[in-house]
Amino acid sequence: MLLLLALGIGTLAGCGVWLLLRARTFDAILGLTLLSYAVNLFIFAMGRVKVGAAPIIEAGKSFTLANTADPLPQALVLTAIVISFAMTAVLLAIALRAHAQASSDHVDGQEPRP
Amino acid sequence: MSVADLLHGHEVVAPIVLPLVAGSVLVLLEKAHSRWVPVVSLAATLALLALAVGLLLQASSGQVFPYLLGNWQAPWGIALALDRLSALLLLLTAVVASGALLFSLGGDDRQGAHFHSLFQYQLMGLAGAFLTADLFNLFVFFEVLLAASYGLLLHGAGQARLKASVHYVVFNLTGSALFLIAVSLLYALTGTLNMADLAVKLAQLQPQDARLAQAAALMLLVVFAVKAALLPLYFWLPDTYAAASAPVAALLAIMTKVGVYAIARMTTLMFGVGAGGATAGVAAQALPVLALATLVLAAIGALAATRLRGLVAYLVVASAGTLLLAIGLGTVGTVAAGLFYLVNSTLVVAAWFLLADRISAARGGTDLLEPRALAQGWAPLGVAFLVAAVAVAGVPPLAGFLGKTWLLQAAGQTPLAAWVVALVLGSSLAIMVSLARAGSTLFWKPGEAAKAPSSMVLLPNHPGHIWSISLLLAAVLAGALAAGPLSAYTGAAAEQLLQRQPYIDAVLGARPVPAAYDVREEMHQRMNERGDLK
Repeated sequence: MLLLLALGIGTLAGCGVWLLLRARTFDAILGLTLLSYAVNLFIFAMGRVKVGAAPIIEAGKSFTLANTADPLPQALVLTAIVISFAMTAVLLAIALRAHAQASSDHVDGQEPRP
Repeated sequence: MSVADLLHGHEVVAPIVLPLVAGSVLVLLEKAHSRWVPVVSLAATLALLALAVGLLLQASSGQVFPYLLGNWQAPWGIALALDRLSALLLLLTAVVASGALLFSLGGDDRQGAHFHSLFQYQLMGLAGAFLTADLFNLFVFFEVLLAASYGLLLHGAGQARLKASVHYVVFNLTGSALFLIAVSLLYALTGTLNMADLAVKLAQLQPQDARLAQAAALMLLVVFAVKAALLPLYFWLPDTYAAASAPVAALLAIMTKVGVYAIARMTTLMFGVGAGGATAGVAAQALPVLALATLVLAAIGALAATRLRGLVAYLVVASAGTLLLAIGLGTVGTVAAGLFYLVNSTLVVAAWFLLADRISAARGGTDLLEPRALAQGWAPLGVAFLVAAVAVAGVPPLAGFLGKTWLLQAAGQTPLAAWVVALVLGSSLAIMVSLARAGSTLFWKPGEAAKAPSSMVLLPNHPGHIWSISLLLAAVLAGALAAGPLSAYTGAAAEQLLQRQPYIDAVLGARPVPAAYDVREEMHQRMNERGDLK
């Protein structure tokens, strides 16, 4: 499962970086979205992957990380998701406006001269 | 009566809460009571200024003042900490913000919606970034100040501004992704996010984790270098700053200082040469060299600039380069000199952005560095240009000179001494030449261009314009006149910064305030009864 998770994060991050390096705003936004998914999964994985353990204290079990999942990375992921979602919305608004004004979705606001 | 008595021990969090409340109130006032918006915004900013002065007086005692948000003890809850360095930067933020806000009252604040609320949120993010002692909290405050700066940058849009915004936002979002990766890696290795606790835990790391920790530390420094405009990562800055409206650009001048502050804090507290562990002095070799290269490129950029705003933007890069050099050299003397220089350079660069806007207004709205007719009554602008140029280039009477001289003296004992002397002096000369050339083109050559049509009179300056530029330049002059006390303060701040232990002890030693009704006590009892705690 760890390998699968690592491969997933790697694929998302790789696709994100590749899209980010293209000079179109739409591609860049998609790239940033994929990158933020990869980062969110990465944060989650940094709390150690554990199956069948809740991030809360259960009755009758001592609260060490052997019995529970680490709740902190889950809280961090939640914050990161909210922030990256909001930022993507801001960036979309800026990109739409830039596209409407320049009638080009090149990141420089004009098509490159051949 | 000190601020601590006045605010019942909540003084450290007050610079964050005050702009947050002010910004939110301003959103509500905007529609129905728009007359009151500038008044409330100005009052809040001046209150922040007073608060920052109070905190500076408090911090000058030399203690570190921790504050536990949510009243949880340090490594578990989020902590803030006030020391000399953060108090100094808070005051600097408040002074620059007051200047920029006064200037914006001259009309820039009405070019688009929500200017004043975004301005206050920006101040909240800045204050939070300077005060926090928690790494993830630092990320959150970075996002707050970045989100506000996206809005401010777009303010009164336009083709150039939109293009610069797209670049700026994409670049910073990528930086945020890196920040998160670095923070979560550090958490995975040490199990803590508190900066003081990290400083302790990083030194006790297992040898097999050394490479991962170094990677995380360097990634963090890359993120801060993006904000501080260090060499390979400064390309966003000149376009962005040149495209922003004047008061926003003046405020952004303090935003690069957030990056500088974060690098100073990390490289002393967590990754310092004396910190121990695999990450000790992780970038100590590279930082001064990169800073010197930044300085050289900033000087070349200033010489090659074709617009006044572009020239000023390269002055920001040069100032960041000098500061990072001072921090990178890492002795008490160089850091003290760097902090002294930071005060002067931030104030004068902010004044420059405001001044550049007025100069281009006097020339019919263009800041291209070519002879143009000047409107009548430009003489005060010329005087201000001279004072600001002297201050930023580091020519004798003003504090820019004192700061650079002190830095050169202090750098004499470091291995890079010869390079530092040659490149700092060389870049100062290049900046002086580019400013002298710009000044003579702007003010002395208009006779060669078409004669000013008699209809072209300087629009009467709004009092806010005159007051803001005068305030910032007066602060620069005050910095030179009060060089003695100021240098004593920055010297003490540098010493405090390089001593890690008092900061660590203060943050980790802070105890929660006993509450009248303690939920945790009750929780603890119940868990004991159920036998959860064994």
